[in-house]
Amino acid sequence: MYRYDHYDQAMVDSRVEEFRDQTRRRLEGKLSEDQFKPLRLQNGLYLQLHAYMLRVAIPYGTLSGAQMHALADIAGKYDRGYGHFTTRQNIQYNWIKLEEAPDLLADLARVEMHAIQTSGNCIRNTTSDHFAGAAADEVVDPRPYAELIRQWSTFHPEFMYLPRKFKIAVIASQTDRAAMKLHDIGIRMVRNDAGEIGAAFYVGGGMGRTPMIAPCIREFVPVDQLITYSEACLRVYNRYGRRDNKYKARIKILVHELGREEYTRQVEEEFAHLLTQGIEPPLAELERIATFFADPPFETGLADDVDRSDPGFALWLDRNTLPHKQPGYAIAVISLKPVGGIPGDASVEQMHLMADLATRYSFDECRVTHAQNIVLPHVRKADLFAIWQQLEAAGLGAANLDTVEDIIACPGLDYCSLANARSIPVAQKISRRFADTGKTAELGELKLKISGCINACGHHHAGHIGILGVDRKGTENYQLLLGGSEGDDTSLGKITGPGFDEDGIVDAVERATDVYLARRREGERFLDTYRRVGIDAFKEAIYG
Amino acid sequence: MVELLRFREDEPVADPAVTVDAFLDQPDARAVRIEPGDDVSVLLPHLAHVQLVEVNFPVFGDGRGYSAARTLREAGYAGELRAVGDVLLDQLSNMRRCGFDAFEPERAMDPQAVQAALDRWPHDYQPAADGHVPIWKLRHG
Repeated sequence: MYRYDHYDQAMVDSRVEEFRDQTRRRLEGKLSEDQFKPLRLQNGLYLQLHAYMLRVAIPYGTLSGAQMHALADIAGKYDRGYGHFTTRQNIQYNWIKLEEAPDLLADLARVEMHAIQTSGNCIRNTTSDHFAGAAADEVVDPRPYAELIRQWSTFHPEFMYLPRKFKIAVIASQTDRAAMKLHDIGIRMVRNDAGEIGAAFYVGGGMGRTPMIAPCIREFVPVDQLITYSEACLRVYNRYGRRDNKYKARIKILVHELGREEYTRQVEEEFAHLLTQGIEPPLAELERIATFFADPPFETGLADDVDRSDPGFALWLDRNTLPHKQPGYAIAVISLKPVGGIPGDASVEQMHLMADLATRYSFDECRVTHAQNIVLPHVRKADLFAIWQQLEAAGLGAANLDTVEDIIACPGLDYCSLANARSIPVAQKISRRFADTGKTAELGELKLKISGCINACGHHHAGHIGILGVDRKGTENYQLLLGGSEGDDTSLGKITGPGFDEDGIVDAVERATDVYLARRREGERFLDTYRRVGIDAFKEAIYG
Repeated sequence: MVELLRFREDEPVADPAVTVDAFLDQPDARAVRIEPGDDVSVLLPHLAHVQLVEVNFPVFGDGRGYSAARTLREAGYAGELRAVGDVLLDQLSNMRRCGFDAFEPERAMDPQAVQAALDRWPHDYQPAADGHVPIWKLRHG
């Protein structure tokens, strides 16, 4: 894990003092709400329906045990005993008082954490593969590059008032577990024919009201030009991205309107200029950062056998653990999707337990996934049963990873001031329905994602089944989408037809899954069957 | 309270700043004013005798002027670079980093608060137009 040196710590500490001063001036009336708003947003503080919401950055989703303990303490001290893990590998607290926000940030700084640039029209927290360093298929660990980008983008003086927010994801394996092509910049670290590491740049993806899959604008940026190329991409966007209409201000619209070729030409021109400016950190800095991400001291010669005699454990083992690059180890995923629960929520006690498990069993490390679950990345297989028993006892033992119960949902109208409809009750009803009918296991991998408005924080475009909440003449209405995917085969879901009320959408989802069960061929997932048979068979069953 | 903040030793130019379009018709003008939508690159061939570039911020949330400033400095412009308009205390530090060395805010500022804002940051993660040594260079020499 990356550790701050005195430079990093001084920057975060200064930020806390700056925000303490800004908050004081706001409370004294010296700053208007209009002037204060972008300042608090750049510190992750939103004004929501009932209170302030504070979003904490978890760079590339990686946390130590001590950091997870601190997040738990904050949930107890400043919130109502819960934290909400988000689709951007961050955590949000929903009941924050403005006067206490500077103290909360000071508590974070004590464990090398912050809320810098988790909101606002600036470069947001950089996300990455939640299995980085543990997956067998990676070219290199993507996190050192993500950390290099974190430092470059933190307080970048030129890019604090972009046309719109800006999200960067970095991966380094063929399997995309970070929805890379649905980011403003998606970076895939690759190795060229000469064996050198470099970065493929995908620019202009995103969800929201105009979902787009990012085109590749350069196959290989040498690793010692990564920051310079990123700066060129941002400068062209800052100059020419639209500012006349908030809904057309993301970089995807610029790339779309200019065309990939013209945008790329402008970036290359700026890149050639910036190469003369000496803005790239030396490779020694990347090497310094990379030492923090060296493999932990894995034991060798461990057996891969696991005692499967407890059927509940065997189910969890099959569903929630994945192969690790090191023999005798596994990746274990803790589901934050108990049947009938709020997706991504964890209590103070649950967070403390996860922190303890990370420390004791996973080299003091855990990860937040963009699917709102928690990963223990490096677990000895011999310890899995003990871990599962403790998770079960804490209500964290749901064996439903990547199933229809593993729903991504935004906070929706229960919390969010932008939402048109509630997301959480729909997620709760769907997981209950499938748990009651017992079909969850039979349906296998089925990614269901719910957004409470067109901004798509719940990634509904990328769900095998997506649900979009809209407001129809004052009542909540839910549209059904099918066929989205965020992985290597990224695709955008299509709307099936007229929307439904809250109970109707649950029925419609079940009817769609029935089509799959009736029509699937050997080895097909829901998405595969949908792609083979097409939307009409599903429409007929849903509306017929 | 101050209405014009300058971080330069030379005397300010008294000439009124002309628009970019007007400047291109009279390229011997010494003062020019850039609006957010202007393409700053058209000025680059004519910078030798320019002594003042004003960059207008009609609203502080429109950040195009930061890139305009850096582009000018990276092209070697050494004259006065003045941010005018909706220029607020909390943006001064970043503006200085991007190469602005004068500020003419719509509302006058308290010099003490200005100094505190400019002294806020002990270090910088990136090199920019202010010549500050970035943290990575401090780490590696």
